[in-house]
Amino acid sequence: MSNTTDHTIHMPGLGGMQQFAQLVQDLGMHTKTNDKLEALVHYFTHANDKDKVWVIALFSGRRPRRTINSTQLQTWCAEVVGLPLWLLEESYHTVGDLSETIALLIPEQNNPAVNGQPLHYYVEQFLQLEKADEATKKDFILHSWQELTSKERFVFNKLLSSTFRVGVSQSMMVNALARILQLESSVIAHRISGNWDPSTTSFDALVSGEGGSVDHSKPYPFYLAYAIEEEVAALGDPADWQAEWKWDGIRGQIIKRNGQLFVWSRGEDLITEKFPEFAALLDKLPEGVVIDGEILPVKDEQVLNFNVLQTRIGRKNVTKKHLQEAPAGLYAYDLLELDGQDIRHLSLTERRAALEILIQGLQLPFVQLSPIVTFDDWQQLTTLRESARDLNSEGLMLKRKSSAYLVGRKRGDWWKWKIDPLTIDAVMVYAQKGTGRRSNLYTDYTFAVKDGDKLVTFTKAYSGLTDKEFAQVDNFVKRNSIEKFGPVRTVKPELVFEIAFEGIAASNRHKSGVALRFPRMSRWRTDKKADEINTLDDLKKMLALYGK
Amino acid sequence: MGQIIEFTDSGLYCPAGQFYIDPWKPVDKAVITHAHSDHARPGNGSYLCHYASTPILQLRLGDNAYQSIGWNEPIQFNGIKLSLHPAGHIIGSSQVRIEQDGEVWVVSGDYKVENDSISGAFEPVPCHTFITESTFGLPIYNWKPQADIYTDIRNWIHSNQLAGKTSVLIAYSLGKAQRVLQAIAHLTGKVFVHGAIWNTHQVLLQAGWQLPEVIRVTPELPKEAFKGQVVIAPPSADGTPWMRRFAPYSVGVCSGWMQVRGHQRRRNADAGFALSDHADWKGLLQAVKATGATKVYATHGFQAVFSRYLTEQGIEAAEVKTEYGTEEEEAITEPEKTDE
Repeated sequence: MSNTTDHTIHMPGLGGMQQFAQLVQDLGMHTKTNDKLEALVHYFTHANDKDKVWVIALFSGRRPRRTINSTQLQTWCAEVVGLPLWLLEESYHTVGDLSETIALLIPEQNNPAVNGQPLHYYVEQFLQLEKADEATKKDFILHSWQELTSKERFVFNKLLSSTFRVGVSQSMMVNALARILQLESSVIAHRISGNWDPSTTSFDALVSGEGGSVDHSKPYPFYLAYAIEEEVAALGDPADWQAEWKWDGIRGQIIKRNGQLFVWSRGEDLITEKFPEFAALLDKLPEGVVIDGEILPVKDEQVLNFNVLQTRIGRKNVTKKHLQEAPAGLYAYDLLELDGQDIRHLSLTERRAALEILIQGLQLPFVQLSPIVTFDDWQQLTTLRESARDLNSEGLMLKRKSSAYLVGRKRGDWWKWKIDPLTIDAVMVYAQKGTGRRSNLYTDYTFAVKDGDKLVTFTKAYSGLTDKEFAQVDNFVKRNSIEKFGPVRTVKPELVFEIAFEGIAASNRHKSGVALRFPRMSRWRTDKKADEINTLDDLKKMLALYGK
Repeated sequence: MGQIIEFTDSGLYCPAGQFYIDPWKPVDKAVITHAHSDHARPGNGSYLCHYASTPILQLRLGDNAYQSIGWNEPIQFNGIKLSLHPAGHIIGSSQVRIEQDGEVWVVSGDYKVENDSISGAFEPVPCHTFITESTFGLPIYNWKPQADIYTDIRNWIHSNQLAGKTSVLIAYSLGKAQRVLQAIAHLTGKVFVHGAIWNTHQVLLQAGWQLPEVIRVTPELPKEAFKGQVVIAPPSADGTPWMRRFAPYSVGVCSGWMQVRGHQRRRNADAGFALSDHADWKGLLQAVKATGATKVYATHGFQAVFSRYLTEQGIEAAEVKTEYGTEEEEAITEPEKTDE
């Protein structure tokens, strides 16, 4: 599959799916932000309006519901190309992406249809197929595979899969739209947020913010912080800054408008139903309010380990048992709307004052103000930060008191200042090939600690090494694998890594009895031998210390 | 009948003939399939190879005891008959046929079945046992006809020219570079090449090969000389300071690995062209079937997958671990230190 990436050869008027496939390819291949932006601008300038609405929906995480699963796709593909299923699976483990694997396996037609159907045609077909029987679905998929080119087939399959990551962030898409429409990107970001249905929303209505009925649920784009890189003292006068604990939960917005309550996650999922506890807010909150805060497991006014909440998040139905064992609370950070007025332009100090009055008036034990950490100088704050882990906090947030509530991840006024992670030295025992740009490279590893003369696996980690180090480990795996279990290889326990993680909790799903939060490889310990790694006892001590 | 070839720690060994084929440890007598560095290593007592490989081996390994023969010119010794046959991989690349008491084994070395009009057309050699490479032994590796890929490369160069960019094509200095050069030479008055490719080019010219004219990239050349032009460079030059002089430029990698998106993204290439000097899945199957072999050993690549598939197809097959297919041909592309 070779390609040509320069957009000068795109031809407006070609079939919509072809245009979309080219966009996805450009976004995946371009390494510079500006080139990606150009590709998006080019697409939004030339594509038809219906397709554009779907692209905005797809790139902001609004996907058509999945109507065909990956097992069906694999089985049908194996059937079409006349290959055994195991060979398709081997191919998949090497490519690391089922959509692409199928796109590569289906033979290319000699005369692929030019001027084929546009993107919205296929998406709408998927929606219609939702209630169709399996034979009808299969017929449509097989027919589409035949009429599409390899590149188009790839995006077609992607539309059917559960993820659509194509190397573009939502903010980049927003910037491209802002440039074409000559609007502030924060305005676009707000207009495309919230609840809207791509099948019934027109492009003009969406981006003008005027179309259709008013969406009362519409959240504001979240303001996010970068990690501070320099010494905190460089931030200047401590009196200009507000410090808060950084909580490790679900960042969310609580909205009350039009007599309804909405809870949004940062991933722009409407999660109101997941937190029945919050229903009490509907009566207590005044009309026209938007609160930014963190949803946390809270019991007896103590923040619990996030792991506690995680057990109920994935469930379809929240049971009574969940509510008792993992009660959710809200730590309020900020107030974005009051009396139906957008107050994001006010200073943090002004917004905080309004927030305090609001929260104190609620008298609801599960809704708390995120406490302000008072400090006189940076040295004192540095010391206070050390106690973060005792509170189940990840560190500190530093916010300039004069700051407005901005859109997206911005430098300057807000910084996160996390505590150093916990670390443990472990040996690699299993390896599996990665996905995306790590296709056909062994990059996903399982690690073990010592338990007497045995090794006990306790975590997986996929990140933290440089490309060069990954290449070296890949080479080691290929030369030192002992056994193959499907895609997994057991390797000689020789390579030692320092594993860093943010938290530890007891788990009966893991052989080791512990589950780590955000584990990654912080260092390749080439200076250590496998018998110098940490032990299961060391892990258990950490669990006793930090696993509350 | 015993094994005409045994699999040893030093490489593929023919006990009757007392020689190794492409050994990875130094041995007395080596038969070399082709001049890539993972197949032709230094330190052997003597080297037997095709005529066209000898000058390149000389460039890479210096003076040695070389014996050269042509394709289909059998030599007999110790009760065996040995001959070389075109493998179509790169210039000089050969399959090794060994016959002993009527039993025939063939070692493929690296090969491709599509004729690139430089390397010699791959010749299926009937045998009982075939030892085949399997670099691209998965059905996802399905090459487009080379003519179509050349068209893609030319279109890419053209759009770079329109955008005022230099086109830097990444290709192995021995094999791929000459192939790409043939395909694009008529597009532009001049093609610039990296020193490693220049060195190989000179050796091939001296050996009598007809190749399009190239200009070596040297520190003396002004930056403006490259504007909108085409440069061919080896993989080892990709991403090094050596590339800066071509700015603004676009990088196109020519390699079978570019078939997969993730691999292309990992390389940070602006464009990837799945142009390979190895057989794709269908090519491997075609080659195996054409030999009529009843026993197949698969080496370097997806040997486990390929041998399992062959076994399911009714051809007895097994995988063999070798040390080929690593750092393919990187050794020949030493950086030009004077340029840095």
